[in-house]
Amino acid sequence: MTDKESPQVEGTTREPDSLEQHFPGILTPDEREGFDGYLVAPDKLTEFATRLRDEFGYDYLSSVTGVDYLPDEVMEVVYHAYRIEGGPALVFKTQVPRADPVVPSLVGVWPGADFQEREAWDLLGIRFTGHPNLRRILMWEGFEGHPLRKDWHEAYFEEDAKPFANRWPEGDVYRIEDKIPFGKNVQYPSEFTPEGWIPEGDEGLYAGLGQISNDGDGSSLKTDQLVVNLGPQHPSTHGVFRMVVTLDGETVTDLKPVMGYLHRNHEKIGERNTYIMNMPYTDRLDYLSSMSNNFGYALAVEKLMDIQPPERAEYIRVIMAELTRIVSHLWAIGFLLNDLGAFFTPALYAINERELILDVFEAVSGSRMMCNYFRFGGLARDLPPGTLQTIRELIFERLPRRVDELDIYLTENEIVRSRCIGVGVLSPEKAVAFSAAGPVLRASGIPYDVRRAEPYGIYDRFDFEVAVRYGGDVYDRYLVRLQEIRESIRIVQQAVDDIPEGEIQTGKPIFQVRVPAGEAYGRVENPKGELGFYVVSNGKPNPWRYHIRAPSFINLTALAEMCKGHKVADVVAILGSIDIILGEVDR
Amino acid sequence: MYGVGLVKGMGVTIKHFVNTYVDDLRWFGRRYYNPEAFAVRQSPQAQGIFTVQYPEEKLIMPEEFRYIPFLIYDELEDGTRQDRCTSCGICAKVCPPQCIWIVRSDDPETGRPIPEPSEFFIDIDICMNCGLCSEYCPFEAIRMDHDYEISTYDRFSENIYNKEKLDKPASFYAAVRPLNYAIDEAAIAEKVAKKAAKEAARKQRQAEKDRKTDE
Amino acid sequence: MSEELSNNDNPVPEGLQGQIAITSLDKIYNWSRRSSIWPMMFGLACCAIEMIATAASRYDLARFGMEVLRASPRQADLMIVSGTVTKKMIPIIVRLYNQMPEPKYVLAMGACASGGGPFKEGYNVVSGVDKFVPVDVYIPGCPPTPQALLHGLIKMQEKIDGQSVLEVPWYRSEPIDEIPQPLLGPDLIDPRDIPDFAEKLKAQEERLAAERE
Ligand code: SF4
Ligand code: SF4
Ligand code: SF4
Repeated sequence: MTDKESPQVEGTTREPDSLEQHFPGILTPDEREGFDGYLVAPDKLTEFATRLRDEFGYDYLSSVTGVDYLPDEVMEVVYHAYRIEGGPALVFKTQVPRADPVVPSLVGVWPGADFQEREAWDLLGIRFTGHPNLRRILMWEGFEGHPLRKDWHEAYFEEDAKPFANRWPEGDVYRIEDKIPFGKNVQYPSEFTPEGWIPEGDEGLYAGLGQISNDGDGSSLKTDQLVVNLGPQHPSTHGVFRMVVTLDGETVTDLKPVMGYLHRNHEKIGERNTYIMNMPYTDRLDYLSSMSNNFGYALAVEKLMDIQPPERAEYIRVIMAELTRIVSHLWAIGFLLNDLGAFFTPALYAINERELILDVFEAVSGSRMMCNYFRFGGLARDLPPGTLQTIRELIFERLPRRVDELDIYLTENEIVRSRCIGVGVLSPEKAVAFSAAGPVLRASGIPYDVRRAEPYGIYDRFDFEVAVRYGGDVYDRYLVRLQEIRESIRIVQQAVDDIPEGEIQTGKPIFQVRVPAGEAYGRVENPKGELGFYVVSNGKPNPWRYHIRAPSFINLTALAEMCKGHKVADVVAILGSIDIILGEVDR
Repeated sequence: MYGVGLVKGMGVTIKHFVNTYVDDLRWFGRRYYNPEAFAVRQSPQAQGIFTVQYPEEKLIMPEEFRYIPFLIYDELEDGTRQDRCTSCGICAKVCPPQCIWIVRSDDPETGRPIPEPSEFFIDIDICMNCGLCSEYCPFEAIRMDHDYEISTYDRFSENIYNKEKLDKPASFYAAVRPLNYAIDEAAIAEKVAKKAAKEAARKQRQAEKDRKTDE
Repeated sequence: MSEELSNNDNPVPEGLQGQIAITSLDKIYNWSRRSSIWPMMFGLACCAIEMIATAASRYDLARFGMEVLRASPRQADLMIVSGTVTKKMIPIIVRLYNQMPEPKYVLAMGACASGGGPFKEGYNVVSGVDKFVPVDVYIPGCPPTPQALLHGLIKMQEKIDGQSVLEVPWYRSEPIDEIPQPLLGPDLIDPRDIPDFAEKLKAQEERLAAERE
């Protein structure tokens, strides 16, 4: 954070290499083959993290996740921290015995760890002591087991790794439900009887909400607070998302997001898949921006494999990723207006333009939404003839005009302004602390963009501005998105002018890539924020760990903060301005 | 002044409204059901409303469009079908949700496996239309179809596609994906030529060997 | 359509009520029903985006009289299950289905809703919404393109056209049973399984034991 910078100038300029000297006995370098970063003793973790933040300027915690090293009987928690001014990540890990994994919670140091630690508890069973609300987040309370543990098998479990033998050569076709006694992808612990079962109600959920009744001090009425559930089936939660809101009159006093209604077990499936198989699955994370999801995953695996795509492929990657950003932001703007009550007309105009870009995607990759276009070391295929011309027409002629039109249409609109300005304010300090990313972070005055902070691909060659606004409210998030569309158009304009001829794939396309053992973290600036893929390989055809740092998910950590004190109708607008995609929130 | 933004915004909507009629005039009322106008209406030059009047009008699918895979067979001159698939199993191995099942066939006389699948199933209720099977098939045997009009009333009887349902002639492939078809044909021709060259080289070597032994 | 209407909207005299009258009545009845299907505005996952795209101006559901996407199940005729059905969500889907008034239809859009789709093996995924609610039309594809969805909706209209007012269940005197809402236990519990639960649990144990060997 810029304003805190001055007393720690010394700290922020220190090289991480010297870290060990500053933490004798606490820190050891991770010396496994292909791994980097540091190992921290669990009991010193809080102290280390606090000093890292305060003395060394690592104020932004990007990702927290766990890895189950079953053969070593070790459970590891991996942290990625950054300086908000930019630069590479500092990776540190802590190892605890698998049988009883207990790690101190870092929510006190970086509040952005909140949901991610809950996720690690839910899926891996790592207990974080000191966490204020360590409940399951994606599955429901009462679910049996911690599914991401390597020895936990689901009902439809076939084998530990794909490809499954019975597809070929045995060729035994069956519907898996025919083999399961319940026929429904369910299994129960033996001895379980449903008769006496009382499912956990929502009491546990409501418990944390401060429900106070105001007895009235004579001058005001006696009021009770009200708990209202928005979702999971609600037209403006953008999917199956649920918010439990306590209201004092119409004012929101507390809010709890409830998610997991679209938890599709992406990571469990991903760890069974081979590397290439995960590519089409990444499309379904943030399904509005499949191309940039592909980008992030390809980067992570390319880092592990240590290969580079050829020049032309790099350009096409940037063009596609930026077109995706336009698509996603258009959708976000259209549906923000929808949430404000301008039902469908602005969304229709935005979708019109989106359709034209989707046509480009369809021509290039074969599918409108699920592009599956990137490969390790290149792309699936070259641009078909005529596509570059269509992109030119769009990017030089049509889209700039349409964006200006959208600008005239909405920006000065008095209703939009009065509904948005000053609503859902997130201060820069809070935005960083809550690990917010993407337009949410930039609208709060922090010019952090992965494309600039740690350029990937060929982003260092393009001339563009990082869109930033300082109000931190719904309106500024809208303006940041609008500005980013313009910047993306600029980038694509430069890219289509410079794109060289040539190969689009390094080496021959192979379906079973050899990935050396090690870990890699590939991150890209997705339309929703920083999307990271943490991949651990053990040299086998399947990743050992495949974790996604989902920007929509982590941005939601700040939702309660933004909503408190506003009216219930604003909650919908604030949620719309964060622009979540449930496929990514729940994965 | 309060309201200026609103009025400006209204201007945009009116522009959108009028544009359609301008376009109607441009095409003398033949804006719909006219292939020429349709192509413009679906391009970046589109003005006004650009609705596709499905099912009367259908979007022209780009070549790369993918939906459900199909298997290709060549029609031989004597009218029999020659499967291109050799049941090598690569598609079944690469398929991400593992929805391909291949039963290899054995020669009825020798009992040895022959390069032809006796059955080939794709569960299209699992298939994610990713196209990886077609991308990595080494024999140009499985390709992605353009037919998306396949909704059914009963998935249990219809949605596991068997070989019969998947099999399509090469001419069908040529019709839906002409460019890819040309690329594939070239690849096949190259392979055939390579094989022939190898064969010739082998024969020559054999002949030389024979000559040497004769001498 | 207008001729059909003008021919048939007079009440048929008592004595003449026969097969023909019923067929023409069916025609009006079904024509009006199929031309005003109100889908529920209910998106689950990626397929929902394509559903919204279908409702937008390029594909325009309004041409089929379906543009009135209702946010409340009480006003909807058609539930488009557009996306992956998870165990955590299915109790709510069943409840929404129960809340819809008859006649109601369910359309499973996409591979996920029909049969679990690419995520079928997942521990939180229901392999097909038809395990819990009856489905009328299945649309394969991942995601089905808007045109594929329209094709499915046209199929739905054809299905409605095939129904006869004499046979439809919702005019019978006995009430139509609700589907019992699934519970969230250590795993999803379907109340309809409970009578033979113990038996199945035993079968499961045997299966797991066999697998372990
Ligand atoms: S990869 Fe091609 S040749 Fe091999 S089994 Fe599949 S379809 Fe047949
Ligand atoms: S398209 Fe993808 S999911 Fe479908 S059969 Fe081919 S590889 Fe499998
Ligand atoms: S069928 Fe495919 S597109 Fe539809 S919800 Fe499932 S994964 Fe998403």
